[in-house]
Amino acid sequence: MRIKRIVPAPPLQDVFPSVDLSQMDALIARYKGKKGKLIPLLQGTQALFGYIPREAFLKLNRETGLSLSELYGVATFYAQFRLTPSGKHIIKMCHGTACHVQNVTAITDELLDFLEVKDGGTTADGLFTVETVACLGCCSLAPVMMVDEETHGKLTPKEAVKIIKEIRRNEIQ
Amino acid sequence: MKKTKVIVGLGSCGIAAGAGKTYQEFDRIRKADRLDFELRKTSCVGMCFREPLVEIIDDSGSYLYGQVDPSKADEIIEKHIKNFSPIPEYIVQSEKYPSADESFFEGQVKIALRNCGYMDPENIEEYEARSGYAAIRKIAGNHLSPETVIQMVIDSGLRGRGGGGFQTGLKWKFARNYDAPQKYVICNADEGDPGAFMDRSILEGDPHSVLEGMILCGYSIGASEGYIYCRAEYPLAIKRLNIALDQARTKGYLGKDLFGIRGFHFDIRIKEGAGAFVCGEETALIASIEGRRGMPRRRPPFPAQSGLWKSPTNINNVETLVNIPWIIFNGPEAYARLGTEKSKGTKVFALTGKIKHGGLVEVPMGITIKDIIYKLGGGIQGDKKFKAVQLGGPSGGCVPEYLSHTIVDYDSVTATGAIMGSGGMVVMDETTCVVDIARFFLDFTQKESCGKCTFCRIGTKRMLEILTRITEGEGQEGDIELLEELAQNIKDSSLCGLGQTAPNPVLTTLKYFRDEYEAHIRDKKCPALSCKKLLTYQVDPEKCTGCMSCTKGCPVDAIEGGKRETHFIHQDICIQCGVCFTRCKFGAIQIS
Ligand SMILES: Cc1cc2nc3c(=O)[nH]c(=O)nc-3n(C[C@H](O)[C@H](O)[C@H](O)COP(=O)(O)O)c2cc1C
Ligand code: FES
Repeated sequence: MRIKRIVPAPPLQDVFPSVDLSQMDALIARYKGKKGKLIPLLQGTQALFGYIPREAFLKLNRETGLSLSELYGVATFYAQFRLTPSGKHIIKMCHGTACHVQNVTAITDELLDFLEVKDGGTTADGLFTVETVACLGCCSLAPVMMVDEETHGKLTPKEAVKIIKEIRRNEIQ
Repeated sequence: MKKTKVIVGLGSCGIAAGAGKTYQEFDRIRKADRLDFELRKTSCVGMCFREPLVEIIDDSGSYLYGQVDPSKADEIIEKHIKNFSPIPEYIVQSEKYPSADESFFEGQVKIALRNCGYMDPENIEEYEARSGYAAIRKIAGNHLSPETVIQMVIDSGLRGRGGGGFQTGLKWKFARNYDAPQKYVICNADEGDPGAFMDRSILEGDPHSVLEGMILCGYSIGASEGYIYCRAEYPLAIKRLNIALDQARTKGYLGKDLFGIRGFHFDIRIKEGAGAFVCGEETALIASIEGRRGMPRRRPPFPAQSGLWKSPTNINNVETLVNIPWIIFNGPEAYARLGTEKSKGTKVFALTGKIKHGGLVEVPMGITIKDIIYKLGGGIQGDKKFKAVQLGGPSGGCVPEYLSHTIVDYDSVTATGAIMGSGGMVVMDETTCVVDIARFFLDFTQKESCGKCTFCRIGTKRMLEILTRITEGEGQEGDIELLEELAQNIKDSSLCGLGQTAPNPVLTTLKYFRDEYEAHIRDKKCPALSCKKLLTYQVDPEKCTGCMSCTKGCPVDAIEGGKRETHFIHQDICIQCGVCFTRCKFGAIQIS
């Protein structure tokens, strides 16, 4: 079922960096009073912080009148929304049909192994979050992965690791 | 002498294959060497297997070059552009130099894809030069009534390309007949079927056609607002749609009293999806635009009566909509001449999987699956044995090789147990395990079920558990019957298409490949040698060099043997993870 990423316990304040909520003011002003604003508000918030912090939910509730249960209900329904901070780079492994048939699983396994994370997890250095997604629309280049906005096709496990290694090297320098 | 044109295909797939770098290289040399050629962009012509594609048009004709990386770009500039001598080895299509790849275009009839790869999608003038916005002008110029336009769409025989296959003209008529102060047009660009990408390609390659289709729909049903609900996974499509919207507004093609038709107001907004397959279903999509969880509701009332914000709403798929301007401009008869009795026109298919020439093809309805795979698609990768083709994604099914003479039209495909769906065609060869594919789809639908209906929520989970067990060698007698019973119950008691069709991948594979299920359950064997847990890994002493790569990789130390000694795998310790197989550079690990 879709709703499964419910965070079991309220996250501790000090694990997450504190965010500057005033960044949301322009966003709220833009959508306030408009029909169908809930999802764009959540999308906008995530665009600002990379995830939707707990305090942001509270602020949205206070300033737009949308109920917390509605906000949280929608945020946990859609795969796009994150409730915890993500790594600096997001790696999306395509597990659509075409990529599955071309054995993307082996690549994902290799990458998870290399980065020492689980699916959906973030590396210890905070650089990468790995997610599996269904179809990036480049099926004829399967297997495919997307790092941030860049799509890489016709991958092998080795190449995938190489691409990530290179990004990490650039980050460290 | 005309200026030479260099046109680089910059669709998402081209960019993923490196077209961005190719474009930059052409640009760099053009500037460095002060060359006088025109550098342009286009989108994907569907020939994904040869990306990045570059077309060169000069006085002597047009030449399409394939797999152009920066170094080939240098060569092409040197030989073709500077010295007028084309390089036949790299050419995939041209009049002068025949290429083996040309078969990809033979038999294709491009209507929905008429502009994709043939113009710059970010340039409205190029669209207009290719009869863009001519259909709506024809209507305005001839004072054709909305009813006439709807009749034209009915006469064309066009059926919805989003999966349902409902008569588009009739749907418009329903929406027209409801009287309301406000009506809406929605373009369904959620493209959820993993393995289909024609909608993305159209949005990226020909966004104005989508807008024109929506404008025509708005005029016909009497709507003044349109929404494009596009997946967030398609950033380039959204970018190009936004550019197209701006251009259309500037030109006055969106707004008030459009094309001189007094009182015809229409504008379009983009709504980004947030990642939920079920939102492709029309009532869930509406809920999502309204800012709620995307959960389908009971129909009736159909959206034509009560849709977005409870107003009459018409929803069409991207491919459906881009056919409309062509039909209006060229006349419904021209469209109805193509195809079969009950399925008119053309259909775009996304050819993927174990196929040589993967990409997008548009063919008239009525062509056989075999022709698509062998004539256009060039056959199976590595000339392996063709086993089955999956049609219709998670709602569809597998059509086995011996039924590949089936023609593609709605009824013939449905008769096999699969569905036409959105046109995803995932080709499988002898190394693909159909039980694993069924498991893969159930995993998908189970995750994507919105949870409203019990059978869809829990039934799919139970089916997935059984299938997982079977692929891991824990299958039991009675599993097949249990799967069939669950499948029937889920079909019968789900509200929306997601649940009603979720068991199809299992049912069709059971119908055509029951023996493979039995081999997994009874003999604990995977005939396709794909389900890892059912395989035995052994070292071929002839090929083993004793390099110890596998021993080091083995997570459970099941492999014995020191440097330069022939290795040996202890079957009682081996967990069939396959690491040794991927690590071995000498092909010395044998699977059986
Ligand atoms: C679970 C589910 C997912 C769907 N996904 C899509 C989709 O991604 N794109 C689409 O155009 N139609 C999709 N549909 C079909 C739509 O509900 C609807 O029938 C279609 O958009 C109507 O447009 P058409 O008549 O032009 O085909 C889906 C249906 C179901 C039940
Ligand atoms: S299945 Fe991977 S990109 Fe479509």
